[in-house]
Amino acid sequence: MYVRYFSMLAVAIRTFALAYSAGYNRVTYKDKQRDPSAVSKQRPKNLNLFSIRLPIPAIVSILHRISGVILFLLIPFLLWGLNLSLSSPEDFDELHLFLTSPLMKLLIWGCLSAFIYHFVAGIRHLLMDVHLGENLQSGRLSAKLTLFISIVMIILVGIWLW
Amino acid sequence: MVKSVLGVHHPGLRDWVIQRVSAVVMTVYTIGLVLFLVMNSRVEFADWHGLFSHWWMKLATLLCVLSLLLHAWVGVWTVLTDYIKPFVLRLILEVLVYLALITFFFATLLILWGV
Repeated sequence: MYVRYFSMLAVAIRTFALAYSAGYNRVTYKDKQRDPSAVSKQRPKNLNLFSIRLPIPAIVSILHRISGVILFLLIPFLLWGLNLSLSSPEDFDELHLFLTSPLMKLLIWGCLSAFIYHFVAGIRHLLMDVHLGENLQSGRLSAKLTLFISIVMIILVGIWLW
Repeated sequence: MVKSVLGVHHPGLRDWVIQRVSAVVMTVYTIGLVLFLVMNSRVEFADWHGLFSHWWMKLATLLCVLSLLLHAWVGVWTVLTDYIKPFVLRLILEVLVYLALITFFFATLLILWGV
């Protein structure tokens, strides 16, 4: 008699526990009964980044990261240029000649683009720190503005370079 | 007892503050440098060298480069932590970045010293 009550209680607890976990895993109790591995099989999982369309704030974010890594790699070249530009008039002129060659101009435009983008996207971050553009709508707007402003600035710098 | 808000128990918060403060320092320096370049249409060696021979420019440059290196450290640390999963490889890369940044700092000191 007692054994029967206990087994009923155990079944009730198990049912409750499974129903509770089903809320998280989207697996019903029936699925669980049919196939014990259903939990791991049916959990939605998508690790293929190329099938996910990134929302605009995510694009702005990943570009901020990529431009940051590029700028980090440029630090030694920046210091090399600073050193040369300050050592002597001859070195200054030589550096000037080197940097104004067509290929180098293009490269410098690329580097400045990374800087400008990182700068503008960083300002967006600082504005978010003072609670500007924190919700979804304004976040998307500021992401679009970041792209727009940096493209305009990159074009202006290109005009200034040539 | 008052606990330090930015102490060793909150490395994340410390990094967060470093990233923001260094960003503001570099922003101010950049705007200043761009203004100098815009106001002097043709910058010769004498102008450039003259600008960097002022003590306040040396101080500002050193402060900016220090901010840049700290900023780069926080950024690169974050990127390495996100993408490099094997601990030993990550540690090696972190040490290399750390040594590079320290080298850059002393290189900057030498460059500014020579002006």
